[in-house]
Amino acid sequence: MSAADGSMDPCGPTPSRELTQNPLKKIWMPCKNGLPEKHISQRRVCMTNCPTLIVTVGLPARGKTYISKKLTRYLNWIGVPTKEFNVGQYRRECVKIYKSFEFFRPDNEEGLKIRKECASAALNDVRQYLTEEGGQVAVFDATNTTRERRETINRFAEQNGFKVFFVESVCEDPDVIAENIVQVKLGSPDYTHCNTEQAVEDFMKRIKCYENSYQPLDEVLDRDLSFIKIIDVGRRYLVNRVQDHIQSRIVYYLMNIHITPRSIYLCRHGESDLNVKGRIGGDSGLTFRGKEFAHYLGQFIHAQGISDLKVWTSQMKRTIQTAEALGVPYEQWKALNEIDAGVCEELMYEEIQQRYPLEFALRDQDKYRYRYPKGESYEDLVQRLEPVIMELERQENVLVICHQAVMRCLLAYFLDKSAEELPYLKCPLHTVLKLTPVAYGCKVESIYLNVDAVNTHRERPENVNVHRSAADALQTVPAHL
Amino acid sequence: MMDADPDTDRFEEMPDHLQSGLTQNPLEKIWVPWMSSRLSRRRGSSVPQFTNSPTMIVMVGLPARGKTYISKKLTRYLNWIGVPTKVFNVGQYRREACQSYKNFEFFRPDNEEAMKIRKACALSALKDVSIYFSQDHGQVAVFDATNTTCERREVILFFAKENGYKVFFVESICDDPEIIAENIKQVKLSSPDYLNCDKEEAVADFLKRIECYKVTYIPLDDDKDRNLSYIKIFNVGSRYLVNRVQDHIQSRIVYYLMNIHVTPRTIYLCRHGESELNLVGRIGGDSGLSPRGNKFAAALGKYIRSQCIPDLRIWTSHMKRTIQTAEAVGVTYEQWKALNEIDAGVCEEMTYEEIQENFPEEFALRDQDKYRYRYPKGESYEDLVQRLEPVIMELERQENVLVVCHQAVMRCLLAYFLDKSAGELPYLKCPLHTVLKLTPVAYGCKVESVFLNVEAVNTHRDRPVCDEPQCSQTPPLRHSRAQPMASPAPTKAPCLEDLGLTELSLENVSVDRDAEDALVTVPDHI
Repeated sequence: MSAADGSMDPCGPTPSRELTQNPLKKIWMPCKNGLPEKHISQRRVCMTNCPTLIVTVGLPARGKTYISKKLTRYLNWIGVPTKEFNVGQYRRECVKIYKSFEFFRPDNEEGLKIRKECASAALNDVRQYLTEEGGQVAVFDATNTTRERRETINRFAEQNGFKVFFVESVCEDPDVIAENIVQVKLGSPDYTHCNTEQAVEDFMKRIKCYENSYQPLDEVLDRDLSFIKIIDVGRRYLVNRVQDHIQSRIVYYLMNIHITPRSIYLCRHGESDLNVKGRIGGDSGLTFRGKEFAHYLGQFIHAQGISDLKVWTSQMKRTIQTAEALGVPYEQWKALNEIDAGVCEELMYEEIQQRYPLEFALRDQDKYRYRYPKGESYEDLVQRLEPVIMELERQENVLVICHQAVMRCLLAYFLDKSAEELPYLKCPLHTVLKLTPVAYGCKVESIYLNVDAVNTHRERPENVNVHRSAADALQTVPAHL
Repeated sequence: MMDADPDTDRFEEMPDHLQSGLTQNPLEKIWVPWMSSRLSRRRGSSVPQFTNSPTMIVMVGLPARGKTYISKKLTRYLNWIGVPTKVFNVGQYRREACQSYKNFEFFRPDNEEAMKIRKACALSALKDVSIYFSQDHGQVAVFDATNTTCERREVILFFAKENGYKVFFVESICDDPEIIAENIKQVKLSSPDYLNCDKEEAVADFLKRIECYKVTYIPLDDDKDRNLSYIKIFNVGSRYLVNRVQDHIQSRIVYYLMNIHVTPRTIYLCRHGESELNLVGRIGGDSGLSPRGNKFAAALGKYIRSQCIPDLRIWTSHMKRTIQTAEAVGVTYEQWKALNEIDAGVCEEMTYEEIQENFPEEFALRDQDKYRYRYPKGESYEDLVQRLEPVIMELERQENVLVVCHQAVMRCLLAYFLDKSAGELPYLKCPLHTVLKLTPVAYGCKVESVFLNVEAVNTHRDRPVCDEPQCSQTPPLRHSRAQPMASPAPTKAPCLEDLGLTELSLENVSVDRDAEDALVTVPDHI
């Protein structure tokens, strides 16, 4: 048998193992006596061989936590288990009440001791996450402004076999820093008992405490480290020694995000002919109500008075018909097409239950990973949509007219929903979701455009057993013609 | 194909375009508004505008820093993903202007006459750039020259500004003498400039040539050039400095440049072993290997072992036949859904004869433009390229890889490595049981074809032969329906070309052809 490290048995060929197709994901895997064998073949690109520790570096109010949270959200969405560890949080748990910036003075020995302990505690949790809890990437969010602190982290990583990638944010623009403070510091637990002026003043003094001992990553001194230096919120980047695929993806992502205020509008096509018949998939046109919605969508968009709005649709008739009503240029993306239901295309749920009861049950058991025979899964959809998300990050004001499953995937990215929640997110017809980035997350406004439509949302039924009755299976199917 | 809608009466105030509905372009299956009058404009763009204005990529760097290597590779990549790109190598213009190269003295900074010639060459190249953009529908031009002085870069910036082109600089900085020596060996010794020299002479002369440039070389400056858009590549990629990326295409270029490397390695491409469906002449599906296919898989394993490849990665699709093939090699492999065979939609698992019988028009359209043709409810080669882009990106990152895939997929990957056009791509020969071994060399790729001596059916169907000269011509533009980027300007009303249709009157690809004509190139099967 072949060794896990890929070296080959020189004695000769291994007989081909029998294959069986995993019923949920439709993945072919070797089996013995009809049962899947434990094997080393991976189902998707191996992101990295060992866990990765991303370490932020920078003075306070340089966007480290913003980047940490955003990056964590992105990596989790594309399927890389990631978690952030914010040392400030550990400090808040340790020192119940924050008094003032004096805690951060470089000559405050007791403060330093506590801060060092907090960093150690966080690193301990990192180790546990990456070695015992199945984590693949840990984001260590702290200032890490001294070479000495970074050395400690490097040693820790080396001891545990983790790769390290530093993300430094350097910014001297006072406007950007002031805006950061307003957006995320004033609302921090540290300043709940202060008024705005007090809080800002204290925070500025806090930054000063770090400035003297700050040793930025250096092209020469740190030439053997892997890092990206983000200068002035993305105007310039210095990238050093990218080691592997995941680091390359992280760099690409970081280089595409921006903080310019903007809004993203997500909606589905207007109600379609197949929608009213309770059939899934297909490529039908809009019903009369669907066209009405398109008309009101046009009015809504004009009323929003958005400068330079990009409109994206899928390549399916119903989204294009909807966009046509807006009277503005739009772009068709094949990647925005609805999930391919394979053999179940254009069937009603009742028909799926009748013809493929096992499939129907498996889907209810794990809707995220379930792949339709000759079709796709939500997991596949996410992979397909990743370039769309990347371009959405680059863009500013965008309206995406898409489909139920697609919209759920996009929404899950923006609202940081798990794989379990994603396939059950509510994305009703004729409703626009307006997403506006705010602080560390996203504000959502739901706007129903007042045109009736069928409900296409099917909740997970109570009974997901493969031997359940048809009645149990169809319990949550929404009404249709 | 008007949308029948008896209810539109209630919305008489609704504009025309809503009432008139959409029609589906028969070749690519793209929905476009049905034009009731040729004057109304099509709003929907399915041709992505990667950027609003043409982009000039301007190389910067001393000789032997890999500028031409990067220029050619980047151009190959951009063309493959559907962005019409061309390289303008000023050295070539110089060779045409001065028929024979004597020695490095030509490049001395005090050689006034040579300076004049060199500047004229640069301007001539710039002029060709503007023709490429304005007349030849180019989108990106790679201006490959040293461009080592501020003055020269100013000239280019001024030219670009005048014409409304964006500029993105790519500077390659390297002071590792070993890398430079290797470059000289790989690409300079065989240059037309050194045809009549012996190796030592050539190297000595070239090094003196580099010295000529060093005197006046001013790299892009962090401070003075802070408003320019550029990437600086240090020591073949150990470090990058990226400044002011303006748009999507620049972002993609940066990502690509940061993923390529020059470490020697080999890529092996092959298809799965012969499958049960192959034997009976059916396309698509998810069948297992035939007995001969299994034999091939065993032979593949033996071949791979004999190659003694260090650290080989093996990739397969999610389809049974590639996985069965990889299993025989006996090494860890990774399954990529992106490597799945082209989806033939309603034609899945049909024979060509059945397609001709059931969908004769589709069959003809496919022969008219096989690259853009999308199967009903399926995919086109154009879609495949978009799907495979992440695979190519990861192949660039990796070193030794064996990709076990499928006919259409292999054609797309091969077209990328061998710089084949959209017209050639769907007809590249990728027979079963044959491994293609690709090794990067100089500016391109060496290909070795290894037939593993296990018989298999032929699955290659040529375009049915036609005497008309026009029928072998595909539209020169290759627009990929890939990620659209910037918002497009509304385009003119679609004409036949826009809809991807060429002359319909050609005999053997006409929708009215005989079944016999249609099936003349179908390979034998059970």
